[in-house]
Amino acid sequence: MNNSILVVVLASAVLYGTPLLFAALGELLAERSGVLNLGVEGMMLVGAVMGFWAVQRTSSLALALVVAAIAGGAMALIHAFLVVTLRANQIVSGLALTIFAGAAGLSSYLGNDLNLADQPAKRIFHSVLPKSLRDLPVIGPILFNQSLLVYGSWVVVIVVVLYLRRTRPGLNVRAVGESPAAADAMGINVTVYRYVHTVVGGALAGIGGACFSLSITPQWVDGLTSGAGWIAIALVIFAFWRPGLVLIGAYFFGAFSALPYTLQAHGVTIAPELLQSLPYVMTVLALVLVSSAGAKRRLGAPAALGLPYVREER
Amino acid sequence: MGQQTQAVDLSERRGAGGAPPAVSLRGITKRFPAVLANDAVDFEAAPGEVHALLGENGAGKSTLSNILTGLYRPDEGEIWLYGERVDFHSPRDAIDAGVAMVHQHFRLVVPFTVAENVVLGDHRREGSSFLVHQRAIERRVGELSKRYGMHVDPRARIWQLSLGEQQRVEILKALYHEAKILILDEPTAVLTPQESEVLFATLRSMAAEGRTVIFISHKLHEVKAVADRVTVLRGGKAIATTTMADATPRSLAALMVGREVDITRRREHGGEIGAAALELDELRAVGDRGGEALKGVALSVRTGEIVAVAGVAGNGQRELAETVTGMRPMTGGEVRVHGRPLRGGDAREAIGAGIAHVPEDRLGTGVAPSLSIGSNVVLKSYRRYPIARGPLLRLRAIRDHAADLIKRYDVRTSGPNAPARQLSGGNLQKVVLAREFSGNPRVLVVAAPTRGLDVAAIETVHAYLRDAAAAGVAVLLISEDLDEILALADRVAVMFDGEIVGEVDAETATVEEIGLLMAGVRERTP
Repeated sequence: MNNSILVVVLASAVLYGTPLLFAALGELLAERSGVLNLGVEGMMLVGAVMGFWAVQRTSSLALALVVAAIAGGAMALIHAFLVVTLRANQIVSGLALTIFAGAAGLSSYLGNDLNLADQPAKRIFHSVLPKSLRDLPVIGPILFNQSLLVYGSWVVVIVVVLYLRRTRPGLNVRAVGESPAAADAMGINVTVYRYVHTVVGGALAGIGGACFSLSITPQWVDGLTSGAGWIAIALVIFAFWRPGLVLIGAYFFGAFSALPYTLQAHGVTIAPELLQSLPYVMTVLALVLVSSAGAKRRLGAPAALGLPYVREER
Repeated sequence: MGQQTQAVDLSERRGAGGAPPAVSLRGITKRFPAVLANDAVDFEAAPGEVHALLGENGAGKSTLSNILTGLYRPDEGEIWLYGERVDFHSPRDAIDAGVAMVHQHFRLVVPFTVAENVVLGDHRREGSSFLVHQRAIERRVGELSKRYGMHVDPRARIWQLSLGEQQRVEILKALYHEAKILILDEPTAVLTPQESEVLFATLRSMAAEGRTVIFISHKLHEVKAVADRVTVLRGGKAIATTTMADATPRSLAALMVGREVDITRRREHGGEIGAAALELDELRAVGDRGGEALKGVALSVRTGEIVAVAGVAGNGQRELAETVTGMRPMTGGEVRVHGRPLRGGDAREAIGAGIAHVPEDRLGTGVAPSLSIGSNVVLKSYRRYPIARGPLLRLRAIRDHAADLIKRYDVRTSGPNAPARQLSGGNLQKVVLAREFSGNPRVLVVAAPTRGLDVAAIETVHAYLRDAAAAGVAVLLISEDLDEILALADRVAVMFDGEIVGEVDAETATVEEIGLLMAGVRERTP
């Protein structure tokens, strides 16, 4: 029963959904502060390559995650400097970062320069729970045959939900994303809030990237995230900027990402190209559905998303 | 009665032996690129007084208050509060020092609840714990609103509230932060006259508690009604400070403008009122957020007549203007010009039918800001000779046409090639009026035509509107400024919640009568 195709698809949906979940939660934090970060894909790739490098050097998965987070965060710091301090166009800056860092960019250079290609990872994230749990029918493989990355991502979801809904900094960051002028007038430092949330968002994207190189793939291949960063951005919109819905959406898209491999393994003959294109088609559909101006307002996009804040000068 | 004694009282308080003033600004100077916004301004307000800051747009009132609330730093000068020198590096410093401001455009987070907005930014009281205790802050805000008689549900979200209620939230915010000095920037702009009276009572009781209220306005009768003293700003300088007892609206107007002005109420335009030119029949339209913004508007304007639509902002006036001029599709009803119905939702059709439009947002909707004045004045006529010949524009004709209009309407500019965005508000409005009039309209829809203009420009714009009516144009004037309406209109229709709730004759109407209608109290049918 645990080998039935549905269970296998759902289990791999969780596996493939986890990097999306990390990256989308990071993007959600940045967007809630009013910063649109289209550099997620680049930050994921830099996180993936640096995390992989760290594990090859130190054999420590914990250190690898820290390095991946720092790498992603550092990229996001560039974005924050450009769009918050210099008030550059957020779309242009984000795209530039993805092009700069992405496949055939900085991440490829680092991977080649550090000779990371074609090496098996020294250590990878394995399932951690006892076999008795993992063998439970249906839920065993889906929920309990997973690595610490998956359980860690659940913790992050809960933390983000509580942070945004129940804490004072959470209230403040929502105010900054909705109405920076109101927040500023009440003495909340808009610049600091935007920096912090953009950088933390980048760090989560870095960890999301490391999910590929340390668990899914698990090795370094140029461009191994294959567009997961873009899916994560669409996911935030699709989830109406709510972390709880991001969780569900991540596994939904994770299922589509995993489908080609699992179906192939089960001997189902559908053109793999068709299946592989599914998550991207869904992304485009999601974006089309929610990107009309009216829908955006109703669906809960932060009102100041994408807009630099300037104290009104005359 | 109380005014006289209070004035004496206050002048004593200012004397050398009395308590130090609550606010003392000394030699405040603030420069912006190309503008000297405040020029060595001295200003003092005592504890327990309502002090009006009077001045035209651009006189430096907002800059001065932004300096007092820590948003701007002065280039020169000192701020003293209760006899101590303070130096504000950020709005938080000002809030902690007890200074709060109710901005003209509210600083509220629209999706948040009232309680969340009130405690936002708090780092000293109930709202300062790391975890937000919804129920505790709601209780606290509920108590506060009860104590000051400003009813508003702490759990309501801002978008559910009327503008008057939103203003109460802003004042509650100040009270929650224990503001001793409260600045209000044009607070009555969003209120009916009756709501303004309630606000004035609240401000008076806050002053009676020993707080200092600084009331920024350019409306003379309001200043007269609420303030103990008034400081007049003009051109960035503090011109005079007087007690209200010594001031008359006429003397204040002269101080504000720098010359004698005529503030009499109504002037005839001499237009001959004829047949109905614009007729609206059960007009319906949907607002930006969905929901009906116009719920069956019926109105007619005759040739040579000025009909004003009064109402508190956000009751459908903007949608009305947009629907009549074809910028917003209608969902029901009919618009007729000289008896001919329009299909609606087509600005070009409306222009063709002879409807001219002076929109509320003159820089965004009225002109293309980056294009030259020349291009802007032919925006509605560029398809036809003499501006165009076939597919080509005749640049010389455009330039001559623009130069002619600039001269006739006395637009202060470097020439037809200057981009429209460089013009001041008054000159920009002249350009829009010039373009609309040059199309020989039969119907003119004007929205908030003098908002943000100085007194001289207001007089000019009013004169053009009277001229239009005198020339037989049917003018539909949409305005939130009752003074303007009473000065111009022949008839006043009052709009509330997407409907016309009553019509009165401007000759005999009183502010109270219109105010009640603005609040949605319908005329009793006999």
